[in-house]
Amino acid sequence: MKIKFTFWKLLFPFLIAAGLWATIIRYAEGLGASTHLSDQFPWGIWIGFDVLCGVMLAAGGFTLTAAVHIFNIKRMHSIVRPTVLTAFLGYLLVCVALMYDLGKPYNIWHPLIMRNPHSVMFEVAYCVMLYTTVLALEFSPIVLERFNLQKPLKVIRAILIPLVICGVILSTLHQSSLGSLYLITPEKLHPFWYSPLLPMFFFLSAIAVGLAMTIFESSMSAKYFGSQLELPTLQELGRVLVVVLAVYGVLRFEDLFHRGTLKLSLQPGYETYLFWLEISLSLILPLILLLQRNVRSSAGGLYLSSVLVVLGFIANRMNVSITGFERSAGTHYFPKWTELSVSGAIIAAGFALFGLAVKYLPIFPERRREADPQINGSAEPAAAAVLSHAGD
Amino acid sequence: MSKALLYDATLCIGCKRCEEACAAQNRLPYNDSVAAEEKQSEHKFTVVMTKGDKFMRRLCMSCQDPTCASVCPVGALTKAPAGPVTYDANRCMGCRYCMIACPFSVPKYEWNRLAPKVRKCNMCAERIAVGKPTACAENCPTGATKFGDRDALIADAQQRIRDNPGNYINHIYGLTEVGGTSVLLLSSVPFGEFGYHDDLSRDPLPMLTYQVLSRIPDFVVLGGVLLGGIWWITHRREEVAAAEARAPEPVRECCEGGKQ
Repeated sequence: MKIKFTFWKLLFPFLIAAGLWATIIRYAEGLGASTHLSDQFPWGIWIGFDVLCGVMLAAGGFTLTAAVHIFNIKRMHSIVRPTVLTAFLGYLLVCVALMYDLGKPYNIWHPLIMRNPHSVMFEVAYCVMLYTTVLALEFSPIVLERFNLQKPLKVIRAILIPLVICGVILSTLHQSSLGSLYLITPEKLHPFWYSPLLPMFFFLSAIAVGLAMTIFESSMSAKYFGSQLELPTLQELGRVLVVVLAVYGVLRFEDLFHRGTLKLSLQPGYETYLFWLEISLSLILPLILLLQRNVRSSAGGLYLSSVLVVLGFIANRMNVSITGFERSAGTHYFPKWTELSVSGAIIAAGFALFGLAVKYLPIFPERRREADPQINGSAEPAAAAVLSHAGD
Repeated sequence: MSKALLYDATLCIGCKRCEEACAAQNRLPYNDSVAAEEKQSEHKFTVVMTKGDKFMRRLCMSCQDPTCASVCPVGALTKAPAGPVTYDANRCMGCRYCMIACPFSVPKYEWNRLAPKVRKCNMCAERIAVGKPTACAENCPTGATKFGDRDALIADAQQRIRDNPGNYINHIYGLTEVGGTSVLLLSSVPFGEFGYHDDLSRDPLPMLTYQVLSRIPDFVVLGGVLLGGIWWITHRREEVAAAEARAPEPVRECCEGGKQ
């Protein structure tokens, strides 16, 4: 543990410095000098990794807020805050990444006044803007509690349920719309990844990753930030994860089968290898692991499975956005060091901000001792109010 | 009336005057080394490709229902009723979705500029607006590129194939591809040999995303009601439980009374 902290302390300044250097090149010399993008390959890892994966990894936010506030699964309450924090940071960092990738980042506000509702990108733009706002509001009680600002806290609590509902709807739209982006490229995207079901796949896999990220974060936080590991809750998440993965897997393979693509998956080749890498990491290995009771109930087994799921679906997003386009583009794409260092710095910033937030804000239950008693019992006054109105 | 271009590869002699006229019209540099480039780029909007004694042009196909215009989030790309698909650099924020989406991979980008623009043939929209033909058609010495009304050019192309079936493959490229384009191509060799997709859908691609996007308003209302309903049900149980815990006797009596 001590070694890792030292390693991290060495790595962090290096990642940030490299990122800053790459940033100077990006804004002083343009996209041509700072990326390996070309007319044949106009979208690289800043879209494929930073945006597609960034949004996917933030999915724990809507999954857990829905579970706790809508479905009223109370025992998961203690792990909502870290997932909302991750989601909020994730979306902020996606916005940062967009400022690198857009050719004219200073025009990023244009969709506000120049509207084309026929464009999936327009939907994506609005989802990013609105959901980042919702996440900021969902996150705000944590900051307000820290500074004991009761009045705004009351306002947020009063609108919490509509806010969560907005968040779940916006997330559903946003996660699926990132898949819909590629519906327009039937002749360019490799048949392993092009499907009319892309929006559905992106949405379902986001839920799986949201659950996996929650397990991952809780395990990491227990290890490095000294929070308590809520093993029974994680075991339950693990069981839900099995179901989501199974549904996704069945749908994915039914789709491949019905489109006659399944036989392609047995022909050796570049795409086939990366396809099976994705499928093994995202479906086969985690399902084998999680279907065993002793793995599913152990902290280590859950941690390993969740890491596999996260890596597997990162592979999926990279395959959709990069691997799947290489053949039709007639070229291979590998990111330039500047692209990698910007992404690296963004990840490093994410980890650092998460650490700072955990240190200074009441994210985990142990640090919420001064928080008011309403947190866990917010339903009770409402219940009393409803009862008195109903008069039964 | 919708205008179009008909390019008949069998009449083309590969002189590249169209390329030169296009460069002049768009104020782009043109010299021997640019002429030798066989790829469209940010400084070359049309190319004449050569394969032995066969030629084929590439330019923006100016689709009837352009994919680029449908995917542009800020409406920087628009289809004019006369045919051209034009680009407004002031609107563009540089997301490059048009480049990903275009089935002909036509839009190119100024990668090495700090305020990059998407560059492509705009079917000489400014010339068509004042009743002139496109620069490439006006400067074609053999009539291989012909400018006119789309319907008339389709009839012309069909007539040419009918009159000379041995000279052409029986396919007017652009008649039905992705819902039809304002550039029509005739050739004696399959279009695939010059990198044109032979298997494009007859339906406009924008439908692929619109059939998903058009459901969003319904989805939002339905989702809101569904989630609100689930919240109501899951919390109602709790209210009942809380009420029972607080006043067990009267609640039970009430329920028993209800049963009787």
